[in-house]
Amino acid sequence: MTIAPIAETVLGPIDEIPFGEGRTYAVGSDMIAVFRLRDGSLRAVSAVCPHKGGPLADGQIDNRVVVCPLHLYAWDLATGCSQSGQPPINVYPVRVDDGHIILGD
Amino acid sequence: MTQRLVVIGNGMAGARTVEEILARGGDFSITMFGDEPYGNYNRIMLSNLLAGVEDEAGIYLNDLSWYADNDITLNAGVRIERIDRFAKKVYATDGTATPYDKLIIATGSSSWTPPMKNVHNPKRGFHQGVFAFRTLDDTRGMIRYARDHERAVVIGGGLLGLEAARGLQNHLSDVTLLHAMGHLMERQLDEKAGHMLQASVENKLGIKVITNAMTTEILGKDRVTGVKLADGTVIPCDVVVIAAGIRPNTQVAADSGLTVERGIVVDDQMRVQDEDDIYSVGECAQHRGNLYGLVAPLWDQAKVLADHITGRNVEAAYTGSKLSTKLKVAGIDVASMGLIAPETDDDEVIIYSEPKKGVYKQLIIRDGALAGAILVGDNSKAASLIQSFDRAQALPEERAEMLFDIGGPAGEVKPEDMPDDAQVCNCNGVSKGAICGVVNAGCKTVSGVMDKTRAGKGCGTCKPLVQRIVEWAAGGEAEEDPAASWYVPGVPMPKPELMAAIRKYELKSVSAVFDKLVPGGEHDAKSKMGLASLLKMMWADQYEDERDARFINDRVHGNIQKDGTFSVVPQMKGGVTTPAELKRIAEVAEKYNVPMVKLTGGQRIDLLGIPKEQLPAMWADLDMPSGYAYAKSFRTVKTCVGSDFCRFGVGDSTALGIAIEERYQGLEGPGKMKLAVTGCPRNCAEAYVKDLGVVAIDGGKWEIYVGGAAGAHIRKGDLLCTVDSAEEVIRLTGRFLQYYRENANWLERTYAFVPRIGIERIREIVIEDVDGIAEALDAAVEEAVQSYKDPWKERAVPATPGQFRTSLPLTVLPQVPVRS
Repeated sequence: MTIAPIAETVLGPIDEIPFGEGRTYAVGSDMIAVFRLRDGSLRAVSAVCPHKGGPLADGQIDNRVVVCPLHLYAWDLATGCSQSGQPPINVYPVRVDDGHIILGD
Repeated sequence: MTQRLVVIGNGMAGARTVEEILARGGDFSITMFGDEPYGNYNRIMLSNLLAGVEDEAGIYLNDLSWYADNDITLNAGVRIERIDRFAKKVYATDGTATPYDKLIIATGSSSWTPPMKNVHNPKRGFHQGVFAFRTLDDTRGMIRYARDHERAVVIGGGLLGLEAARGLQNHLSDVTLLHAMGHLMERQLDEKAGHMLQASVENKLGIKVITNAMTTEILGKDRVTGVKLADGTVIPCDVVVIAAGIRPNTQVAADSGLTVERGIVVDDQMRVQDEDDIYSVGECAQHRGNLYGLVAPLWDQAKVLADHITGRNVEAAYTGSKLSTKLKVAGIDVASMGLIAPETDDDEVIIYSEPKKGVYKQLIIRDGALAGAILVGDNSKAASLIQSFDRAQALPEERAEMLFDIGGPAGEVKPEDMPDDAQVCNCNGVSKGAICGVVNAGCKTVSGVMDKTRAGKGCGTCKPLVQRIVEWAAGGEAEEDPAASWYVPGVPMPKPELMAAIRKYELKSVSAVFDKLVPGGEHDAKSKMGLASLLKMMWADQYEDERDARFINDRVHGNIQKDGTFSVVPQMKGGVTTPAELKRIAEVAEKYNVPMVKLTGGQRIDLLGIPKEQLPAMWADLDMPSGYAYAKSFRTVKTCVGSDFCRFGVGDSTALGIAIEERYQGLEGPGKMKLAVTGCPRNCAEAYVKDLGVVAIDGGKWEIYVGGAAGAHIRKGDLLCTVDSAEEVIRLTGRFLQYYRENANWLERTYAFVPRIGIERIREIVIEDVDGIAEALDAAVEEAVQSYKDPWKERAVPATPGQFRTSLPLTVLPQVPVRS
């Protein structure tokens, strides 16, 4: 599990992300994919698939995993661990505050 | 509330049923009773134990710790002598009474002893030196005794007798096999095959075989000195093993007033006749008049019983098993299934016999399907024959292909012959070694290995090889994946049950399906796309479209490419365009600096490398409908020039292709649907290798072919029918596609679907309307056609916030080279 430390950043209104989907945000020089689960909670992970660079925010999710749209490898959204033998991805702390997505602790 | 489940019998059937119940999260407090003082073991492996190739530890299925770990109370060595079905209690010989809410009887069978003089000693059961071959204790005793003796006689020339004879050779030098019938294994083999097997057993193994040998007496006062046959022959020996058959253990059921005929009579849910709370499974159960003495039916019964009793699927039904066996009998390959002799004048019999090599092969074919097969001495085609037999698949025209590999690609690569670094999956670069590694790490299901390695997840052609390697690496038997029959991996139901449940509960969105039909309501990302497609097919415009259920291609109506950009493919019906359209496409390509303009295999123009955020503007500038180069849906209708200009064309393929594409554009299904219409049998549009291909033939007629493919898999389509008019082609196309949409498995292309159902059956349904559903199919496809909307119109107002926002990372993309 790789929880990457990151400075607190307001990414934007929560309404930008439909339930069950993800959107990409640029934070400094990083690209971070934020997912809004169907249960309303948020997950943030690195936006780039470590396998072949696929855009993870375009992947399909459930309440546990994201599946990369290019080759369908899956990562656990909570831990960043691969379920299919790939390197792990970073996970970032993320929450909602007053209708806004807040990245970092 | 937790119910009390009591299981009588701790053998393979009882324990397997409990495993299946636990796997379904059944809420029971479980008590098991077993005659034998052990955990449960694999009875089939007793032969290996006797032959010395396996030790005792290796044959246990579940040792005692398994019972403890799963909170199961095991009463090993305790026999139940009576069931009180009114008081709902079972009484054991040790005087205890145990109450139950649900009861499972899995008492199995016992070795049967034919009537013989002097076989029993009045004081100690069998005469000294006489053994049955049924339990671990039998086997232990036999090994101990055989070690100090020299000559053995085995009574019974069936599978068990042969195994016993072979095993005993390990412990003593002289083995004679006596069989009361005319040839060995008469239940599985015909006379010729039986004699061939006998010759191999005698010559290769050095076991003496006497057939038509009725044993009448065991000789010897204190211990065995020989046996005497009906014709007076005396065979001197000091060990006798009886393997003459088994009889179901039904005494306790009969004594307790349950319905017992040959076995305990059960219904399709494995419930004992006229009982609500008593079930029976395995060799002691009689289902639709049949008793089963093999493990495969037992596994099926256990699953049904578990589904039913846990409420996972109360309507689960066992409908009987087709019996097949494939084994090494005493070191010699033997396989048998179904009929061993023709029964009617119309049954075709195909025989190949090579006595010197000990090879014999026989097929019995009835109504174009395999009704029986026998193989001796060569099992290389056993797996494919068993598959044909089980699924009643259509047989190859060249019947010899069923018996031998003739030319063509070598069908069956043997896993043991492959080097570890041999690439198995060429799409995802997975080696044999990688597959074996995953199996050795404990994942023994084919689908599990595919998930972990991604082997077989590309074009899919290597799937059979992956399966063979998994089976080989798992020591012969891959574990069956319970999910193998499910429509999507995350909802535990095959397609017909899933569709019935969706209709019953009126589930109109993907999340509603998860919430209602998955235990625990867990959503599954990998199931969403399949469910979305199914629901849309079932509910048409009543479908509640949740955008997150769509794959990215279907969310933005373009095909994602390796660099995260998309392709834009305008519709070009039947491959026909105009100068004005070409100009517009060229202008748009220039305006947006499209890195590559490419003609597709489906006769369209592909604009590649489009960033997601530019899609809506490009669609608006093109102002042409979507050509569906994405989605599991109706793609294109490829056509040839046809009668307008072609010197040979006999039908207007272009017009018909356009008409078909106009009508069925965007139709979603379990897999892509690629079509073609060609104007004459020269077949310039390659219609013979399409999901549905139409060929104009002389006389104004059209032939319709279905189930063709020319991708990773190559197959010529089967002729569905020949019709007189273009209207008829259009109508039957829709009807066939609808039948495919309703009945195919998720991602099952027509080249797999058509042979699975069989072209004759499809013809009966689609053309002859034997099932009376043609009208319903026509109506359903009409409804789908009416609900079609061009998805590219969804450009002015995005369907969701940020629908077309970029997901592209800023830096690390692999750049696709731009060709000049």
